[in-house]
Amino acid sequence: MSVDPRYGTGRSVTLPGPLRLDGGVLLSPVDIGYETYGTLAPDGGNAILVCHALTGDQHVASEHPRTGKPGWWTRMVGPGKPIDTDRYFVICSNVLGSCLGSSGPATINPATAKPWGMSFPVITIRDMVRAQAMLLDHLGVDKLFAVVGGSMGGMQALSWAATFPERVASAVVIASAARHSAQNIAFHEVGRQAVMADPKWRGGDYYEDNDPPVAGLAVARMAAHITYLSEAGLTAKFGRKLQSRETKTFGFDADFQVESYLRHQGLAFVDRFDANSYLYITRALDYFDLAEEHGGLLANAFKGADTRFCVVSFDTDWLYPTSESRSVVHALNAAGARASFVELKSPFGHDAFLLESPELDRVVRGFLQAGVA
Amino acid sequence: MSLRPDLAIIAANVAAGSRVLDVGCGDGALMAALRDTRQVDARGLELDAGDVAAAVGRGLSVVQGDADTDLADYPDNSFDYAILSQTLQTTRHPDLVLENLLRIGKHAFVSFPNFAHWRVRASLLFGGRMPVTRLLPIAWYATPNIHHVTVDDFRALVQERGIGIEGSWFLSGDQSCGSAMANLFAEHAVFLLRR
Repeated sequence: MSVDPRYGTGRSVTLPGPLRLDGGVLLSPVDIGYETYGTLAPDGGNAILVCHALTGDQHVASEHPRTGKPGWWTRMVGPGKPIDTDRYFVICSNVLGSCLGSSGPATINPATAKPWGMSFPVITIRDMVRAQAMLLDHLGVDKLFAVVGGSMGGMQALSWAATFPERVASAVVIASAARHSAQNIAFHEVGRQAVMADPKWRGGDYYEDNDPPVAGLAVARMAAHITYLSEAGLTAKFGRKLQSRETKTFGFDADFQVESYLRHQGLAFVDRFDANSYLYITRALDYFDLAEEHGGLLANAFKGADTRFCVVSFDTDWLYPTSESRSVVHALNAAGARASFVELKSPFGHDAFLLESPELDRVVRGFLQAGVA
Repeated sequence: MSLRPDLAIIAANVAAGSRVLDVGCGDGALMAALRDTRQVDARGLELDAGDVAAAVGRGLSVVQGDADTDLADYPDNSFDYAILSQTLQTTRHPDLVLENLLRIGKHAFVSFPNFAHWRVRASLLFGGRMPVTRLLPIAWYATPNIHHVTVDDFRALVQERGIGIEGSWFLSGDQSCGSAMANLFAEHAVFLLRR
């Protein structure tokens, strides 16, 4: 199996398409950067698609090529881990609109031979899912044993179950929601405006000078990063502690540790992420409202579905709070779907889904094993 | 694994292949038994996150939630049986919970500790203190049992609400005891109800 060039880490494929986007545009061709782990069973029945979050990527359990850091979910995905690559064939692809090998604003528009920039069509979560479905066709995976995701990845998992119910046996939706709230949209708008207010953004045409709007993107990341944490977590980690100094400087340096931390987060981010991709993906998230796609009733999204669902929230997550997960569960119950839900305790806010959580491991492992015939 | 006596009675009387909602399912012991021995399609509702994690970890479909507030989310007539074991006396509105059970399920199993058992009566009569017994082991200020109920109270409630009793079982320890004197001698009651 390992000789098949479609499988392994660091893969990419250019699919002819066209992919009909929700915005009405036909996208062609469609580039997808992806990785696979483990071995596809002869009957194809052990494939798990892991969906990444806003600024995530396909390197779920392999070293990131730009930062050299380990994969973003190595504690969940790998040999003997809850998503066990000794048992399952795990696929993770860079979402449409992103910047690590999949078609997005930074890739070349074949019609102009220049980067798309802001002429790249606006995309949706469902468009990301449709692109993933095309990738599965290419990989020879007809039906997913499971689709698993946290945050925006959870939205993709929900969208998968609603869009291709016959291709999804089970869905794990962690720290996520079936729609973006006004508060979610508001924070994203702050981020987008920070990028666009940077003079270096230049309407998105910054690629050829290789001089991207790093200051604006860093501010966007700093604001967003606060929403991934909890007040209690920030207080425990930083409090009002000063950064490498005894007293306040009566100036505007990063006096406080929390300032220094956020600046570091912002600067580290711009090295690995494209500003225009940030605009497009936050837009896709803001447009996400699964009920709206189904006549205003979320339960309709899951009517007649044979998919098993596992929904998990964290008690200190105020970005996608438990109430959002509960409304998903409510809809699943109304649709008669097989659903499990648990709110786990964690001091770490939204980021909890990426961090050490034995309870989450136990839930995901058990839920997946129950699907093995 | 052996089930608690009231759960064993329920498990033995659920029709094979039916759809069951277990309200207050704990770690899913009854659900797992129903699934494994009677091919039941079982779903659960449980308040405690640790119990939910344990139940999901054994492959059961369990939603974390509260019988008092979250039963309203379930559609009418969506299950053959709704089960409420050892939970009725902990709810804020037992009568509404009961009505919800029979709205969601065609039948309902309800089990509860009998507060009129002679040992409870004796404790209150001679000791003058709130009873702490085998089935009611927690002191008054810490007990989750906020609506103590007796066999006769329960019979009166279902009669008042026009609910039919399809079966009843009474336990003293692990032994069954007769229906006639159940209010005095049963530590524990199990009722099968229908709309």
